[in-house]
Amino acid sequence: MTAKAAMRKQFTLNPAALEQLFSVLESHDFQIVGPTIRNGTIQYDYIKGCKELPSGWTSEQERASCRLKRRKDDALFGYVPGADSLKRFLHPPELRLFRAERENGVFRILDNPAPAPKLAFVGVRSCELRALSILDRVLAEDRYPDAAYVAARRRIFIVAVNCTEPAPTCFCTSMGGGPEAGGGFDLLLTEIVSDNQHVFVAEAGTSEGSGVLAVLNPGEVTKEIMAALHEAMDRSKAAFKREVATEGLRELLYESFDHPQWDRVAAQCFLCANCTMVCPTCFCVTVEDSTDVPVRRAERWRKWDSCFTQNFSYIHGGSVRLSPKSRYRQWLTHKMAAWVDQFGTFGCVGCGRCITWCPAGIDVTEQIAALRGTAAPAASDGAG
Amino acid sequence: MNSDTGMKPKIAIFKFASCDGCQLSLLELEDSLLDLVNAVEIAYFPEASRRMLKGPYDIGLVEGSITTHHDAERIQRVRRESKTLVTIGACATAGGIQALRNWKDVGEFVRFVYAKPDFISTLKMSTPVAEHVPVDFELRGCPINKLHLVELIGAMLAGRKPNIPTYSVCMECKRRGNVCLAVSASLPCLGPVTQAGCGAICPAYHRACYGCFGPMENPNPTALAGRFEAQGHADRDIMRAFRMFNAWSWQFRQVSEERERR
Repeated sequence: MTAKAAMRKQFTLNPAALEQLFSVLESHDFQIVGPTIRNGTIQYDYIKGCKELPSGWTSEQERASCRLKRRKDDALFGYVPGADSLKRFLHPPELRLFRAERENGVFRILDNPAPAPKLAFVGVRSCELRALSILDRVLAEDRYPDAAYVAARRRIFIVAVNCTEPAPTCFCTSMGGGPEAGGGFDLLLTEIVSDNQHVFVAEAGTSEGSGVLAVLNPGEVTKEIMAALHEAMDRSKAAFKREVATEGLRELLYESFDHPQWDRVAAQCFLCANCTMVCPTCFCVTVEDSTDVPVRRAERWRKWDSCFTQNFSYIHGGSVRLSPKSRYRQWLTHKMAAWVDQFGTFGCVGCGRCITWCPAGIDVTEQIAALRGTAAPAASDGAG
Repeated sequence: MNSDTGMKPKIAIFKFASCDGCQLSLLELEDSLLDLVNAVEIAYFPEASRRMLKGPYDIGLVEGSITTHHDAERIQRVRRESKTLVTIGACATAGGIQALRNWKDVGEFVRFVYAKPDFISTLKMSTPVAEHVPVDFELRGCPINKLHLVELIGAMLAGRKPNIPTYSVCMECKRRGNVCLAVSASLPCLGPVTQAGCGAICPAYHRACYGCFGPMENPNPTALAGRFEAQGHADRDIMRAFRMFNAWSWQFRQVSEERERR
């Protein structure tokens, strides 16, 4: 637990108070986005109340595999997140930037973007908070802020949850994070569930969070609950299976331009771009202009793009990254090396989504280990 | 093709060996159809009108594959009459489902199916238009996405590049928010090697991608077949997965033949 977190006052909430949290957020005009079971997985969606949370369910994740499983208890947050992160809501996959019309030779822009909705995210994990701060750096704090992102980002409320059960695909502890949320939330919950109790330890990270928490009539944290909390987090920290050695990683990647591993991974890679779609920090977009048949109306759309496509690097004369290996190398080198030069951090938070959702079964931690010339980590038995 | 000169570009629609589904999508355009006929002259479209204007045409849309001697000659004429030739659908771009004959003895089919086989004159193979004449643009799909047709014609009229993706179905699938069926259910999904454009319809309804839009740019079907095998699918099933509407596209053909040889 960080020093800052240790200073925050902690309270307890029972599951009924969580239901009340939903009503309080809705009374503040927030639309609530939280984990729920959809199409056989747990994923973020717009939800109405606690009963839509995945109570008693978890998702078992391994490389190229994600399966819904019943838990032995009624934990609400006993899972690791699905393919989507907050990116889908704050940096949407498709966004119309404007419409335009031409009449009598005059060209007019028709509409301004609709005002961003107020979104409250429930169940946000430490890795996702760190991903959000990376997106902030890229999309909000750079010289040219992304207006749509800034407008949506400004109006959110975050109820974070400490990770008590990381997946085998998780490696946030290698990327400077951990299962405990350090900051960037309005409210933070830790779920404690056992045979005889189901309680949440809650703390506020902002004054808005304090205000909401106060309404929920929180209880005092007993010594027993504190002990259970520490035990849960210690167990969580010991449960990580994968790791990446980050010391000198930037230099390693820059020096590995001609490494034969790129050919090996290219033989496996589909160039399907799933890794970049699910990555909570991959922010690349393409912009498409379209016109109707009479060439009277035009629209400009922005869509998620990926460095794995051929057109991504299309410049005068053609695409500069025609070979599959050049695209995988570009992605990994940007994430783990060039990102540091550009934005001061790695572009990876170790959430493991690119491992779970790669249909080719490529494991980024294994690729880095291979570039280092070290043995692959133990968790990488070929599942799927 | 400048819409400001008052001269409407002439469009012709030609049918070869096909089910007509792709050209029908033109008639299914509903509201955009009125815009279309105002902006262009539908000069030759036997499926829709008996008014048939002579060529040359500004845009020739070709549906269907080449399966007879007669069609092999006719496509040369169509090419000469069309300033821009666009193939529409899996038959015209890849040979279609009827290209399954390319691995079999057509003579045997003919003897088996027809009471008087003597009247049947057909080629041994069903081949895509591009194997016979140069093609300017291909619209993929079985059937095509009708909105692609509007997009393509709109782009030609405006003099801009059409927004027709060449990357994987996975990108559309993820943008749409579908759950990956390969990962969540180990289904043999062709999405990772198939060109986007359908909007990832099948995965949205929990069916793995059938590959209607054919191979994407730089596909890796060999690696995908390897994944299917690792998931417990037999060589015969893997071969069949790649032998659908785009079986004769060389990328899918290569991997299906490789699995057939095992």
